[in-house]
Amino acid sequence: MASNNGDVKLIGAWASPYVMRPRIALNVKSVEYEFLQEQFGSKSELLLKSNPVHKKIPVLLHNGKPICESSIIVEYIDEVWSSGPSILPSDPYDRAVARFWAAYLDEKWFPNVRGAAAASSEEAKNAAVDQLKEGMALLEGAYVEISKGKDFFGGEKIGFIDIAFGSMLAWLRALQVMLGGVKLLDEEKTPGLCKWAAKFSADPAVKDVLPETEKIIEFAKLLVAKIKAAAASS
Amino acid sequence: MANELILLDTWVSPFGMRVRIALREKGIKFEYKEEDLTNKSDLLLKMNPIHKKIPVLIHNGKPVRESGIIVQYVDEVWHDKAPLLPSEPYPRAQARFWADFVDKKIYDTGRKIWTTKGDEQKSATEEFIGYLKTLEAELGAKPYFGGEKLGYVDVTMIPFYSWFHAYEVSGNFSIESNCPKLMAWAKRCMQHESVSKTLPDPKKVYEFILQLKKRLGIE
Repeated sequence: MASNNGDVKLIGAWASPYVMRPRIALNVKSVEYEFLQEQFGSKSELLLKSNPVHKKIPVLLHNGKPICESSIIVEYIDEVWSSGPSILPSDPYDRAVARFWAAYLDEKWFPNVRGAAAASSEEAKNAAVDQLKEGMALLEGAYVEISKGKDFFGGEKIGFIDIAFGSMLAWLRALQVMLGGVKLLDEEKTPGLCKWAAKFSADPAVKDVLPETEKIIEFAKLLVAKIKAAAASS
Repeated sequence: MANELILLDTWVSPFGMRVRIALREKGIKFEYKEEDLTNKSDLLLKMNPIHKKIPVLIHNGKPVRESGIIVQYVDEVWHDKAPLLPSEPYPRAQARFWADFVDKKIYDTGRKIWTTKGDEQKSATEEFIGYLKTLEAELGAKPYFGGEKLGYVDVTMIPFYSWFHAYEVSGNFSIESNCPKLMAWAKRCMQHESVSKTLPDPKKVYEFILQLKKRLGIE
């Protein structure tokens, strides 16, 4: 069957939250795509050719043309498939707020997830966890303000911030277990986000993309070992 | 409703310069407030409580933060005046990619050049030149990254031209001899009033980093 969407491929890996973002976005738009998974620990020729500057996943290949960087890919998907449900808000100020929170998550919050998981000392781990908890309080505030009583940051349906943050839920849940029950999603401190997380995970565009917490925990062990080995040999 | 625009910024910040260039390209009037980053104003702390950083553009009382986000906001609100981002999705994605590249690589590596010495400085300098050459390759034969006129990537990168002299003196190298095409591009951008009016005197930038090094206790 001929597709009006053109040829859509996504280079990525099932465990990467950054890759989950374009996958969810494509699902929101009901766009079928071929998912080309990279092998853990090596980079394919196609990846190196498509993203020579950063050599990182995800890379969207639309009719052979590469688009790199998860947030940029999600905006591209939103703009190309503009007849589908919209991902970014239409008002410029709301768009600026959405982009602000996606940048906050990438630059400030998620690095602490990695930091907490791969910490070499109790001190470093606790410092990362403290930062994460502070971040969760900020995100709870943002959720309450931006959702205006609706289910999602995007309102009635999932939007840009939902996808940016929600793509990290599997890792967040895994981290809570790995750290012996530390509560980042806390019924008392972040009640809004607890409800949001459940709704987001159950969304049709999301449920087949977000991996099970157990699978991430297994994968995290491999990844942490790799990070520690690299640090030891450098 | 009247458009009230206040920009919280500092004269030397390449991030703030991006916003000023974008506003000036579009002929938009704004009130400029110089911040003292050693003594941040109540207004800045109120408008950007999470990062406490400049630039912040306050539009009719509402803050917009992060220079790239501010420039895109300005481009969307005043979209009919001197558009900075391309109109088609693929070139837009490419423009965002290259602006993100500048953000990730240029400032931090440049900072290493003037804050370190010896081998560390030498390798930062080599890395920096490498990134400039990558940008040169992306520019290719076009007069601007935006094609025939100034675009989003040009506005994002050109402020660093005012810092080139500071990097060159600190790292004892020449950007002109390594990247002549990029220098030609920079001079072309400087012919635009929005740019020449915004970029500070490179010698003043160098004096600034000398003073900053003293304050930070760096030799």
